[in-house]
Amino acid sequence: MNPEIISNLPALQVVIPLLGALVCALLRRGSAAWFLTMLICLIMPVISIYLLVSVLDSGPISYSMGGWAPPFGIEYKVDVFNAFILVLVSSIGAVVLPYARLSVASEIKPEDRSWFYAMFLLCLTGLLGITITGDAFNAFVFLETSSLSTYVLIAMGRDRRALLAAYQYLILGSIGATFYIIGVGIIYTLTGTLNFADLAARIPEIEQTRSILAAAAFIVVGISLKFALFPLHVWLPNAYAYAPSTVSAFLASTATKVALYLLIRFLFSIFGIEIVTDKLALTDILIILSLAAMLGASTVAIFQHDVKRLFAYSSVAQIGYITLGIALANQAGLTGSLVHIFNHAIIKGALFLAVGAVVYRIGSAEIDDFSGLGKKMPVTMGCLLIGGLGLIGVPGTAGFISKWYLAVGAIDAGYIWLVFLLVLSSLLALIYVGRIVEVVWFRDPGPNLDGVKEAPLSLLLPAAAMAAATIYFGIETSQSVGIAAQAVETLLGLAK
Amino acid sequence: MEFSKEIIANYNNWVTIFLMVSGLYIVVARGNMVKKLVGLSLFQTSVYLLYLSPGKILGGTPPIIAEGFTVYSNPLPHVLMLTAIVVGVATLSLGLALTVRINEEFGTIEEDEIFAKGDDQ
Repeated sequence: MNPEIISNLPALQVVIPLLGALVCALLRRGSAAWFLTMLICLIMPVISIYLLVSVLDSGPISYSMGGWAPPFGIEYKVDVFNAFILVLVSSIGAVVLPYARLSVASEIKPEDRSWFYAMFLLCLTGLLGITITGDAFNAFVFLETSSLSTYVLIAMGRDRRALLAAYQYLILGSIGATFYIIGVGIIYTLTGTLNFADLAARIPEIEQTRSILAAAAFIVVGISLKFALFPLHVWLPNAYAYAPSTVSAFLASTATKVALYLLIRFLFSIFGIEIVTDKLALTDILIILSLAAMLGASTVAIFQHDVKRLFAYSSVAQIGYITLGIALANQAGLTGSLVHIFNHAIIKGALFLAVGAVVYRIGSAEIDDFSGLGKKMPVTMGCLLIGGLGLIGVPGTAGFISKWYLAVGAIDAGYIWLVFLLVLSSLLALIYVGRIVEVVWFRDPGPNLDGVKEAPLSLLLPAAAMAAATIYFGIETSQSVGIAAQAVETLLGLAK
Repeated sequence: MEFSKEIIANYNNWVTIFLMVSGLYIVVARGNMVKKLVGLSLFQTSVYLLYLSPGKILGGTPPIIAEGFTVYSNPLPHVLMLTAIVVGVATLSLGLALTVRINEEFGTIEEDEIFAKGDDQ
């Protein structure tokens, strides 16, 4: 490749989808917009994988936006940790988009389709931007780019309650983003810099002040609203339940994960572990909230009758696992978190794609309408089953790997009782997954399923790819765990 | 005396905090979707003041290099807040657009009336 292009790859990662969104908005034909979006979504993983490989080979890449040297200009900094997340987000985009064509055609009015793809690309831009940037204010701009486009995507759902869900998310999401920017404002006033690396260098000087604690609190609460930490999760179930199927799958796999990335970046790379654990007692709070999410949200999930809603509550619970690993803040725990960010993205992707395929065929996500579906749509339901096993954490699936590391992390931190609660939460997952499996495989098809066929190939393949990845990363862990462990070493190394 | 001096010296922060808290309160306390957005806007606007007031130096000039002027205000917060204003406008307009659509679909923009319809579990 042209060296000029290679040296600008970090910028292209964000600029290509941004320009693509603009072109999509101008294209008035949905199919043309889809084609362009598909093209961009195929280029994105190529760039991010190239970045990951070169970071693994030769260390972090620093890119100065517009030629202004950091810390004055905006720096795009790629290290192992965010290259890992970039690969995740861009690959999920590439897997979800082939699925989008039919799914969007069945759920969204023809005149809105090109807008849908424009918003999708803007959302992708925002998510990739948050991940790649090394500047606290730039991260806010991308946070709002992705959030604003997400509100629109959710509001495009068929049900009129999608509008309410989008409105509710808009209010809470904006409060979250404003909290974040208040925190950043306080830090900026204290240190005079917005660059992540520069902040990390200057924060020890002002560690004793109370303002830095206030800033940390604002930032943590703000980001927590974005990734739906229990009890700040109220926007999430409605948003995922009423959004178009493609959007549910994409958001569940990426949006919350990127916000979690930002939290980990702030806690470990910028504030440093001392402020987080000793001064703010954040780890204790996070452990309690994580447990509440793991047990509380899983219990609520058991009683849901809409499958998309059920999986949305399960997402809140799974986010609890990730924050638990962050709270443990040791090598194994944090590795567990990072691996679970990756694994949960794949698992939830498979589940929401499979449910979306059902919605495409029968037009409903009510669990009662699923009865006997195993006989009519065996492959789709097979993906659902594999994803479900991944949620429970059955050995041989990706979910097991991350829970294993979390359990090891809990034991290392001296909390043996946490392991029992981890198992208990898995049992709750077993109940809600078991409920779906019972309805799908052990009941006779109802009259609503007359003439229902297996989902079309373009819906089936992405779901099957995610399900296959769930098994693959449950057995072959050298990539996922290997890279996550390497990222954790830098994170904990930086955390003085 | 010392205490009241402290308060007066930081009056810009008190204004910021007042706007912030009242904005957030309106978002929480009001059921009308337009009023909620007004509160949200107020909340976001208070952040502009949080950034801008430490950036301004009394007696300082705009940050342009010229003979005889050595004290000037920090330009960066102003630039940042221009971006934040754009974000705020986008959020408000999207929120209002959603409210219009909600009014079309539900016939009301009062949250309790919508929930009373039992449409939202």
